[in-house]
Amino acid sequence: MPKTEVYTLNMGPVHPSTHGVLQVILDLDGEQVVRATPEMGYLHRGIEKLAEGRTYPQFLPYTDRLDYVSAMGNNLGYCQTVEKLLGVEVPERAEYIRVIMAELNRIASHLIFFGTIAIDFGSATGMIYGFRDREKILDLFNMVCGARMTFHYIRIGGVAEDVPADFVPAVQAFLDEFPALLEEYHGLISGNEIFMYRLKGYAKISAARALELGMTGPSLRASGVDYDIRKVDPYGVYDRFDFTVPLGTQGDNWDRYLVRMQEMEQSARIIRQALDGLPEGPVKAKMARVIKPPAGDVYHRIENPRGELGYYIVSDGSTKPYRVHIRRPSFINLHALDELCRGLLIGDVVAILSTLDPLMGEVDC
Amino acid sequence: MEIKDTVAKPESLLERNIIVTSIEQVLNWARSNSLWPLTSGLACCAIEMMSAAAARFDLARFGYEVFRPSPRQADLLIVAGTLTWKMAGPLKRLYEQMPEPKYVIAMGNCANAGGPFVDSSYTVVPGVDKIIPVDVYIPGCPPRPEALIQGLLELKKKIRHPEVARRDQHD
Amino acid sequence: MTKQMMTKEELAELADRFTPAAEVSGDGVGCALVIAKDRLLELLRYVKEDAGCQFTMLSNETAVEYPEYFELVCHLYSCRRRQMLTVKARSGKDEATFPSLVTLWPGANFQEREIYDLMGLSFTGHPQLQRILLPAEFTGHPLRKDFKAAVHD
Repeated sequence: MPKTEVYTLNMGPVHPSTHGVLQVILDLDGEQVVRATPEMGYLHRGIEKLAEGRTYPQFLPYTDRLDYVSAMGNNLGYCQTVEKLLGVEVPERAEYIRVIMAELNRIASHLIFFGTIAIDFGSATGMIYGFRDREKILDLFNMVCGARMTFHYIRIGGVAEDVPADFVPAVQAFLDEFPALLEEYHGLISGNEIFMYRLKGYAKISAARALELGMTGPSLRASGVDYDIRKVDPYGVYDRFDFTVPLGTQGDNWDRYLVRMQEMEQSARIIRQALDGLPEGPVKAKMARVIKPPAGDVYHRIENPRGELGYYIVSDGSTKPYRVHIRRPSFINLHALDELCRGLLIGDVVAILSTLDPLMGEVDC
Repeated sequence: MEIKDTVAKPESLLERNIIVTSIEQVLNWARSNSLWPLTSGLACCAIEMMSAAAARFDLARFGYEVFRPSPRQADLLIVAGTLTWKMAGPLKRLYEQMPEPKYVIAMGNCANAGGPFVDSSYTVVPGVDKIIPVDVYIPGCPPRPEALIQGLLELKKKIRHPEVARRDQHD
Repeated sequence: MTKQMMTKEELAELADRFTPAAEVSGDGVGCALVIAKDRLLELLRYVKEDAGCQFTMLSNETAVEYPEYFELVCHLYSCRRRQMLTVKARSGKDEATFPSLVTLWPGANFQEREIYDLMGLSFTGHPQLQRILLPAEFTGHPLRKDFKAAVHD
């Protein structure tokens, strides 16, 4: 009688489909996954400890490097947390600019999601399309702050400086061509039979279980939970804009994919409204030269492309924070990897990693 | 083929599609024009590396677009991102698995010297060259894709002219 | 932005159910309910399951080291009330132990492992309390104030 046994296969930390330096230790029965254990920490850079040795403004560039493809969002969350502690009110124009930047960054981040999921399934064309169109957004960011990825443009009290004169027409030009791009993606990738076959019906997670696991972001909304911090607990001026929150029904890979594609459309809607309503005025609040928040602690969270990004800052009244903790959505979402992978094949592990969309800079902090 | 003919009239050699060179020069020319990088992105710089390989900056025009997932098939290790002590072991193993001749590019401030995280000495390696020998250092945080391309072109020069910059043989 | 924090009065009402183990601390954005750690799980179960509270989402769990004690900080969110509740518990420096929240929120698993890894606090009842970010053979806990990094050669 032939005997089988479970064997261990290592995936990563250097692997084209693990979205960075993530190691997944797969216990396999043949090709079926019995257990998938994520092993993290290969990019642990001690950012929380570093914060204790830096002043509040000095720590801002480190937040860029957490979830490095959505740096605007990271900056926004941190700055709003410090502003909450300081009791600073940000000028209107700066709030609108922040929304435009954060939503442009959401589209850029989801384009990376689209590009990487395409290439994980073998479509190099999809990756080229995603990265090609992301370059258009990076040009907009470059125009504003000179950086493509690590901006620290959103500062404590506002933004670093006002947008140049040709920024608004450039964003409008991008938004005008964006629907055609989305159509191209849906035609090439979403409508592709192989793609749909690989995603639909796999790795389902129920709404209740997703909530128990602390999942947030598109991965949670794919299970049908209507929880988007921009709607539920609005920050900045998000409550002034009209947009819907795309939800899934089954919580499978396909829903997690589709929710992100639909979110890009909604982000474009928000940006258009923000451009139309962009008021004149200063872009920086009047603040003391040296930032010294009063002693106390505060927690603030925002809706980053990967989920709920939270900052918990404890101040001892000095110029440097006493403790900074960052609630990282990818780190907590990754807990679901094990139960999503059970019973599926190795190729599905790749699909699950792509749709959970973790980013290792954020996971390892 | 008479030997005296090739020595006497060099111009006509080219007309007859013959170039006189040395094996080393030909091999160096071939290697420098088709480096196969390993998919070894670690952190933020990896995204700029991916952008360099994408349509706008297009590494394919230089011959460097063939990113290989296996170290056995790669000859260039672009360390793009922060190296931590936990990752140092796997990275060293990857480097050792690559067949000679192999080259290493340290891309970004973290790979060069620890970058903004160098104070986290308990976890961050202050530069990839503490672990493996490096041929080209590209500064930037992150370096633009054009900077990566410039680094690759510097490497190309280095490969073609080993007499100018020869790497120490490490064991 | 402070629209959704629980007010001091609401926190005091909650604290009354658990006196003398609970008290309200802080002001404004830093308002929190501090509870004795042996009644922490009881309080959390109450705020999670009670129909009037329904703080069903654990948004964040972290720890801070103060000169005299360690403090565990949990941020809970109630979609029904649209409010955020901050719960804190303290442990002496020598004990450095807290009850694990994993029975109530499985999502606390990785967060508690991270606190164990970086700050050295143990969680009783955690199914797999081991390091998560640092290598398994690492000694020391970097987020502690007295942590001195080893010198690498």
